[in-house]
Amino acid sequence: MLDKIKDFASEFFVTGDPLILGAQVSIALSLVAILFVLTYFKKWKWLWTEWLTSVDHKKIGIMYIIASILMLFRGGVDALLMRVQLAVPEVEFLNAEHYNQIFTTHGVIMILFMAMPLMFGLFNIVVPLQIGARDVAFPFLNSLSFWMFFFGAMLFNVSFIIGGSPDAGWLAYPPLSQLSGSPGLGQDFYIWGIQISGIGSLATGINFVVTILKMRAPGMKLMQMPMFVWSVLSSCITIMFAFPILTVTLFLLFLDRYLGAHFFTLDGGGNPMMYINLIWMWGHPEVYIVILPAFGIFSEIVSAFSKKKLFGYKSMVFALMSISFFSFFTWAHHFFTMGSGANVNAFFALTTMLIAIPTGVKVFNWLFTMYRGRITFPTPMMWTVAFIPCFVVGGMTGVLLSVAPADFQFHNSYFLIAHFHQVLIGGVVFGYFAGLYYWWPKMFGFRLHEGLGKWAFWFWNIGFYVCFMPQYALGLMGMTRRVNEYNFDMGWQPLNVISTVGAFLMGAAFIFQVWQIAHSIKFYKKEKDGDAWDGRTLEWSIPSPAPLYNFARLPQVTHQDDWWEEKQRITAGEPAKPLAPLEPIHMPKNSGIPFIMSVCWFTAGFGFVWDWKWMIIPGLIGVAVCMLIRSFSYDTDYYIPVDEIERTEAALRGTK
Amino acid sequence: MSRFIRMLTPVLFLLMALTLSGCGEQFIVLDPKGPIGESQKDLIYISTILCAVIIVPVLILTAFIVWRYRDKPGSKASYKPNWEHSTKLEIIWWGIPIVIILILAVITVKYTYELEPSKPLVSEKEPITIQVTSLDWKWLFKYPEENIATVNYIKIPEDVPVKFQLTSDTAMNSFWIPQLGGQLYAMSGMAMTLYLQADEQGSYYGSGANFNGKDFAQMTFTVDASSEEEYLSWIEEVKGSAPALTMDGFEKLTEPGASDTLLFSSIPEGLFDKIVTQYVNGDGGAHQHHGGEAAEPAAAADDDEDASADAGESDESAESSADGNSHHHGGH
Repeated sequence: MLDKIKDFASEFFVTGDPLILGAQVSIALSLVAILFVLTYFKKWKWLWTEWLTSVDHKKIGIMYIIASILMLFRGGVDALLMRVQLAVPEVEFLNAEHYNQIFTTHGVIMILFMAMPLMFGLFNIVVPLQIGARDVAFPFLNSLSFWMFFFGAMLFNVSFIIGGSPDAGWLAYPPLSQLSGSPGLGQDFYIWGIQISGIGSLATGINFVVTILKMRAPGMKLMQMPMFVWSVLSSCITIMFAFPILTVTLFLLFLDRYLGAHFFTLDGGGNPMMYINLIWMWGHPEVYIVILPAFGIFSEIVSAFSKKKLFGYKSMVFALMSISFFSFFTWAHHFFTMGSGANVNAFFALTTMLIAIPTGVKVFNWLFTMYRGRITFPTPMMWTVAFIPCFVVGGMTGVLLSVAPADFQFHNSYFLIAHFHQVLIGGVVFGYFAGLYYWWPKMFGFRLHEGLGKWAFWFWNIGFYVCFMPQYALGLMGMTRRVNEYNFDMGWQPLNVISTVGAFLMGAAFIFQVWQIAHSIKFYKKEKDGDAWDGRTLEWSIPSPAPLYNFARLPQVTHQDDWWEEKQRITAGEPAKPLAPLEPIHMPKNSGIPFIMSVCWFTAGFGFVWDWKWMIIPGLIGVAVCMLIRSFSYDTDYYIPVDEIERTEAALRGTK
Repeated sequence: MSRFIRMLTPVLFLLMALTLSGCGEQFIVLDPKGPIGESQKDLIYISTILCAVIIVPVLILTAFIVWRYRDKPGSKASYKPNWEHSTKLEIIWWGIPIVIILILAVITVKYTYELEPSKPLVSEKEPITIQVTSLDWKWLFKYPEENIATVNYIKIPEDVPVKFQLTSDTAMNSFWIPQLGGQLYAMSGMAMTLYLQADEQGSYYGSGANFNGKDFAQMTFTVDASSEEEYLSWIEEVKGSAPALTMDGFEKLTEPGASDTLLFSSIPEGLFDKIVTQYVNGDGGAHQHHGGEAAEPAAAADDDEDASADAGESDESAESSADGNSHHHGGH
């Protein structure tokens, strides 16, 4: 009996690596610690009623952000481990298998479980407030999306200690990702983790498209929406068209692995090239999905801190929408070297270059928003100003990569690695950080310590250039991506050492940020005014943090930058907009179903990974039962009475 | 001020990278020794200059605007909070990128057809053929005309075009010799064509550029370009001294693992075609594919018919040579 358990455990848990053992122990310890704290302070009920079952977009947004910061930590540790391994040639700090796992999980986690949830977190917190809505269009679905993402991410991450991590690269090209190339369970964790969270992402996309189109405050025309809302709209439309491709592609790969189908196999008429095409039909739009909202954030911040209207609003909207459209016609530039012939390569080179035009135009519009403005530099603006040169250079190397015949020399090299990290860190990460710093007072009702934020900023920026500029050079020296070791004679070491130093500077920057948050919580100072930055859009017209119902009265919008115009009118001595009488507010009720249903999905997914029917079947039945219960429950909403609104408003706005 | 320092950092680092590595000799992509690599290097420079035409002014403009319009007491810079549109300006910055991209597009398309990897190189000398197979995790090179084979080592004569035929036994890989020219994927079930040539004698670095599993990093090889006489005598030497590659020996090579350089004096008849067509239903494969599913008897069609249908003969003759790489399933 004991032997049996031992055998099972050695197969179930990942064993034999001191690094992983350490991680297992620390994960177990922190789990115990969390359980203890929750029990000791009697917080279980609070956790359940206030957070796990919440359908409030602001709380869901905060949970997204917490999850994404945890994932940033894990993805970052992966990155540092890789950089340590690469700093010294011909040395085995990580063995080949471990290294392959780490670059795979680094990629998946950073894109799907860090960038995406950070983005969704900002969508959730900001969009309803900016359009003057009280929640998203489908609050229940919103909660379900979050928990599907969360348990999908957990399913993926658990492979690190149970069963083994995937190691076929972040896009898992077959035939390597087929049973023949990856017989282990890691690839199954990959498929199910991404599938489950992918359904959540698709639902979020739909949710926000409907929210933006249907829930805008009275009077707000499409062409008066804040630019961030436009960017969310373009990003979510892209999600709606791109994510189904991912789901189908991974499902077909699952059928290949689980049932022995032949969609992407080498034999039986399968075609791995089809997978590569399909995955990039999702994968390329995906990078635009994450960068478009960053463009929106920069637009908001540039305008707010230049104290000036956004320059070229129409041009910006057109640029956003055309990027979103063209992003679907460039996928093959990820494999110019597949030998598709000159016609195909020429076409995709041209479509790729075409995208550079609207992207470049946006930069000019930001610059001319600052032009003839009065620019101040608190942390959100610092990130924005740092973004411009970084993204311009990264965009330029992207254009170089799009020159198909030259790409034959750049492809798969560190030049490519440097390029996409420059646009993803310089664009997406800088953008989301800018957004986090900008909207933090709105989310939590207190400010972050500026001094520590500046330290974090400089460490991030200097670290970034120190880490990635040498990688362009390494690419031109012939260093290919995903190598875990290299020959000393290649002369790659000095630049690799510099790059590693840069990575650790960014690691230090992350610590500064954690410190900054901890420090700001410790010296908590309530934000008195809801308008932390003398903002321009509706979210700044309400208290921080926003009350449950956001707006006691739905705003009547007459202008782009409506709150700014209102403030201008008041300063000029004109009368403020008349206040409508309060009315009871219609709100959605909290629900435990999204959480429970996602747990069921997790169970089913885990069962599929191990092919344990006794787990798959109850899991799927649980999912179906949750759907049934929800379909037949009619008690899903309630009204907040007027006197309660009055009490809340009086408390929030002091004497007013 | 600090913003300027930050913008200088990338430049400084590139300079540092250049100086550290001794006059850029290690930048092998920019130090080509063959016509294809040479053209690609030119293209890299041309496109970099074209892009720089836009981005350098943008960077300067950024620095200027951020500095000039910063909020400081008594700033004399103009402040126009509601200035938000200028058709003239917008036309300029939609126009300039469009013009630059148009120029770049024309150049790109021209080079895309010129440098199509399957297009034979212009030379009065007959090209030699090398059949390249990516194995787990080593390269097998076969010289069909000379009937010899090597592992992780290539020798070629200078100034003679080399026709590489690329395939893979298992996962996809990418065959890259930076100083001779750009890479091309090596994929199972098909033979891709890549023409390269060395203009100078020398020893060049080659690698598998696309991740294909555990010991992917060990898939490097050396390409020695020598005089024709030396090349011929090397072939004689290999034929005389090296062991023969048998079918059993090949099976051994396909076992997962890295390998040192190996030389073989002969190769089994039709080995390359067998590797390429091994996944065509109904046997005919080079070896039982490890982990692959057994071919279904029902699907086992007539061997020859299948192979020829897959090779797409009719397609091939219709296509121009520039498109030679598209959809070449199976051997021919």
